[in-house]
Amino acid sequence: MDFTEEQLHRYSRHIIMPEVGGKGQKKLLAAKVFIVGAGGLGCPVGYYLAAAGVGTIGVVDNDDVELSNLQRQIAHSVSTIGKPKVESLKATLGGLNPDVNVVALKQRLTNGNILDILKDYDIVVDGSDNFPNRYLVNDACVMLKKPLISGAILRFEGQVTTIIPGEGHCYRCLFEEPPPPGLVPSCQEAGVLGVLPGVIGGLEATEVLKLILGKGEVLKNELLIYNALQVGFRKVKVPKRADCPVCGDNPTITELMDYDAGYCAPR
Amino acid sequence: MVDEEITPDESIDIRGLVCPYTFVKAKLAIEDLEVGKVLEIILDYEEASRSIPKSMEDHGQTVLLVDKTNETDWRLLIRKEQD
Ligand SMILES: [Zn+2]
Repeated sequence: MDFTEEQLHRYSRHIIMPEVGGKGQKKLLAAKVFIVGAGGLGCPVGYYLAAAGVGTIGVVDNDDVELSNLQRQIAHSVSTIGKPKVESLKATLGGLNPDVNVVALKQRLTNGNILDILKDYDIVVDGSDNFPNRYLVNDACVMLKKPLISGAILRFEGQVTTIIPGEGHCYRCLFEEPPPPGLVPSCQEAGVLGVLPGVIGGLEATEVLKLILGKGEVLKNELLIYNALQVGFRKVKVPKRADCPVCGDNPTITELMDYDAGYCAPR
Repeated sequence: MVDEEITPDESIDIRGLVCPYTFVKAKLAIEDLEVGKVLEIILDYEEASRSIPKSMEDHGQTVLLVDKTNETDWRLLIRKEQD
C-alpha cells in the first residue's frame, strides 16, 4: 500500500520519526484496536488513536450521551445528547480522520458475547467505569491472549497498566477479586476531575501505539499511578502470580462467569 | 569527484516541496530501498539541502554527496545503511 498525498501530509509528523517512519505508519493503519466504553477514557483514547491513523477502532457501550457526561467525555457534544455514545464517538472520529473504520456496538458486553466481539482485534483498551466489566474484560483477554491496556480514574487519581497475557501480570494478579459492592464508591461519591480521563486516556493510547509499533517499554508487570493534586507519577511493581486464578499455573477460572452483582455505574 | 563514480539505485525529484515534506518523501524513498543501495535526491528548497543530510545521518544512513548543481537545485546521494 502506498500513501496518498493526503496521508503524507496527515501523518508527516509520524513518518519523519525514526521510531515510526512509513513502515510504522502502515502498521498503525493496519491495526485493529477495541475500546471498551465510549465514556471518559474511551473518548480520548478513541480520539488519539483515530488521529494517529489506527485503521480499525471497535467500541462498545450501551449508554446514551447525557449532559453530565460533557464535563469530561470530550468526543460527545450538545448535539449528540440522547444519542448512543458509540454513534456520537463514531461521528467525531470519522470527522477527525476518514482513514479510520469505526465499528460501533451499542450493547452491553457480557460473558456471552465478549469472546466473539474481541476475537478479531489486536489490542483491547479498557475504559469501563465499573468492576464487573473490568474483570470480565481482563478474564476474556487472558483467555484470548490479547494485550489489554487497563485504565481507571476516580476524583484526582488515575491508574494505567498493560497486560500482556503469557508474558506479564493480569488484573487479577493485582486485585484477585472485585471489591464488594459496599466498598466501591457509590454514584454520589464517584466524582472525577474532568481533565483526569484525558491524562489517563492519553497514557492508555500511548501504550497502544507503542505496542503496535513495537517500540519502547510498556507497563508490563507495572501499575502507573497518577495523582493530580500532588502532580505525582508513581510506578508500582506488579509481579505475575503463579497462583493467579485466571493467568496462573493452575487457573480456577477457565470460563467466563456472571460478573454483575449489585454495582451502580456512575454516569 | 565521488558522484561520478556512483550510480544511484533510485532517484526522487522533490523540487517544489518544502519542509517537512521534503524529508517525508526522502525518508519513504530510503525505507523502500535495500540496505547498501544509494538514493539520489534532487531538490530546490535550500533549507532541506542541509536538514535532509543531517536527519539522514541521525537515522543512521550515510551521506555520500551534497552538491549544488545550478542556481536553484541541489543533488544529494544517500546510501542506506540500516532499516
Ligand atoms: Zn493474573
